[in-house]
Amino acid sequence: MLSPQDLDAILLTLKLAAVTTGILLLLGSPLAWWLANTRTKVKPAIEAIVALPLVLPPTVLGFYLLLAFAPNSSLGQLWVAVTGDSLAFSFSALVIGSVLYSLPFVVQPLQASFEQLPKSLLEAAATMGASLKDQFFSIVMPLSKRSFLTAASLGFAHTVGEFGVVLMIGGNIPGETQVLSIALYDKVENLQYDEAHWLAGGLVIFSLLLLAIIYRFNRPVSIGSVRGGRH
Amino acid sequence: MSLLVSLNLQRKKFHLSVQAALDSSGVTAIYGHSGAGKTTFLRWLAGLEKNTPGHLVFNNQVWQDENFFLSPQQRQIAYVFQDARLFPHLTVRGNLQYAYHRRFNNNGPSLKHVCDWFDMSHLLENDVTTLSGGEQQRVAMARALLSSPQLILMDEPLESLDQQSKEHILQHLEKLHQQLSAPIFYVSHNLEEINRLADQLLILQQGKVIAQGSMLEISSRIDLRLSHEDNAASIIVASVDRHDEHYQLTELLVDQQLRIFLTAIDHDVNTSVRVRIPARDVSITLQQPQHSSILNILPCVIDEIENDQAINTDARVLVRLKFASQFLLARLTRKSVDKLKLHPGQAVFAQIKTVALLNEHRQ
Repeated sequence: MLSPQDLDAILLTLKLAAVTTGILLLLGSPLAWWLANTRTKVKPAIEAIVALPLVLPPTVLGFYLLLAFAPNSSLGQLWVAVTGDSLAFSFSALVIGSVLYSLPFVVQPLQASFEQLPKSLLEAAATMGASLKDQFFSIVMPLSKRSFLTAASLGFAHTVGEFGVVLMIGGNIPGETQVLSIALYDKVENLQYDEAHWLAGGLVIFSLLLLAIIYRFNRPVSIGSVRGGRH
Repeated sequence: MSLLVSLNLQRKKFHLSVQAALDSSGVTAIYGHSGAGKTTFLRWLAGLEKNTPGHLVFNNQVWQDENFFLSPQQRQIAYVFQDARLFPHLTVRGNLQYAYHRRFNNNGPSLKHVCDWFDMSHLLENDVTTLSGGEQQRVAMARALLSSPQLILMDEPLESLDQQSKEHILQHLEKLHQQLSAPIFYVSHNLEEINRLADQLLILQQGKVIAQGSMLEISSRIDLRLSHEDNAASIIVASVDRHDEHYQLTELLVDQQLRIFLTAIDHDVNTSVRVRIPARDVSITLQQPQHSSILNILPCVIDEIENDQAINTDARVLVRLKFASQFLLARLTRKSVDKLKLHPGQAVFAQIKTVALLNEHRQ
């Protein structure tokens, strides 16, 4: 069965995934909106940076973050100055790493959805007095509802499943930075296969359920299904 | 309402240049063939054509100049697009409320009013994707009015509709006209729509304004392409004089001098109305015929005979007749003009085959 330490790891993982998803939605939505609408020449470069975690081994990202978070680095020193705590091997470090690592899973579905959104509807809303912010909440969000759900679920699931980055920057402190995938790795290292089965099997079932829910709700919808154009 | 416009737009293969001072209420139609720049002009008025230099002042309020651009959402306008652009995630009621909750002032019509005007209370709970094209366009117009705008812009709102829906909405619009205080700019290339709705007319041709003024005046000018369209017509203002119950006719009096008959209408005596007389339904005789089946045979004087070879390359010639103090257009063959030796200043009789009531005339 699960030990209290395993339960801690599960709770910590869920907390990390929830916090990460929240931050990703807050940062990712404007970034995706900007990418969907900008005509700047640097757009491909920004898109490439966002997509980088899809192709890089997580350990590469983890390695650079480890250097950046070190107490003698400028970021590390700034963090200590502002918060009083060390950034290395902390929960905050995990959150920053997860946000970067899961960024494409949130930004890409949102960007695709925003690009498909008919600009004509936003023009109509603008003539009715809706400000840009108002347009975003009253037209863009409801019409991209499914994409937000997809983005949030993928961001959440991907954070739950991450291993390489947290291994590099987490430090494996039980109750503080020991997440599920690391706890599982420990069990296997120590040949505790029974406990390992509980964690591994649970993660498989959880991931399957989450993905099934995403696919259930993510049927393609056509936004431009309103008639009235030319016949 | 006053609108000062100065626009010089240069795009690939297209140049739009409009310098105009429009001082109008009611409906101003912007007429022109496709590609004349009508829609671009209307979108620019709305602020939807960004990065287009120009000057625009509406009722002494600057909307655009060299250093200033008022965003569309701050112009307090309503725009009815050619495609209805209803929000698919909202019901009909939701679409109407979207505009109503953001309305620009509180003096405008209520949701109930516009539903009555457009006869659509039964559609309120419907999903907008289930509506027919005509219904969608009615919702779009109702939504525009609920914003209580200070200016209404309509871009060929009836273009994509079948004849029946078109007629239905036109009737609504004609009625509405009298209840609205906001001026309307109405883009169209359909002359009949314009004759029915417009008070003023602005004609665009290849990106330039070629005529501007009251519709009555402009529609009788024979130097414009307008009067050479297939369905060109003169608009005459007359007052209802009496109703003939027996023959089901109404007699109109033009400028207190000339009588025109038309099939009975139900307007009160002394009401001022506008009638439309197609140019192709007017012919000319030198003497008053005694035995004609045509009821409307009226004396008039030839004012102008078109002789512009550049415009007129076919067998027909347009003749403008002084009709009391108004003008009547007649489309004749060149052969008849020569045979009758018609010339300006000559007194003749116009035989008018059809007269159609447009609507009440507003001063």
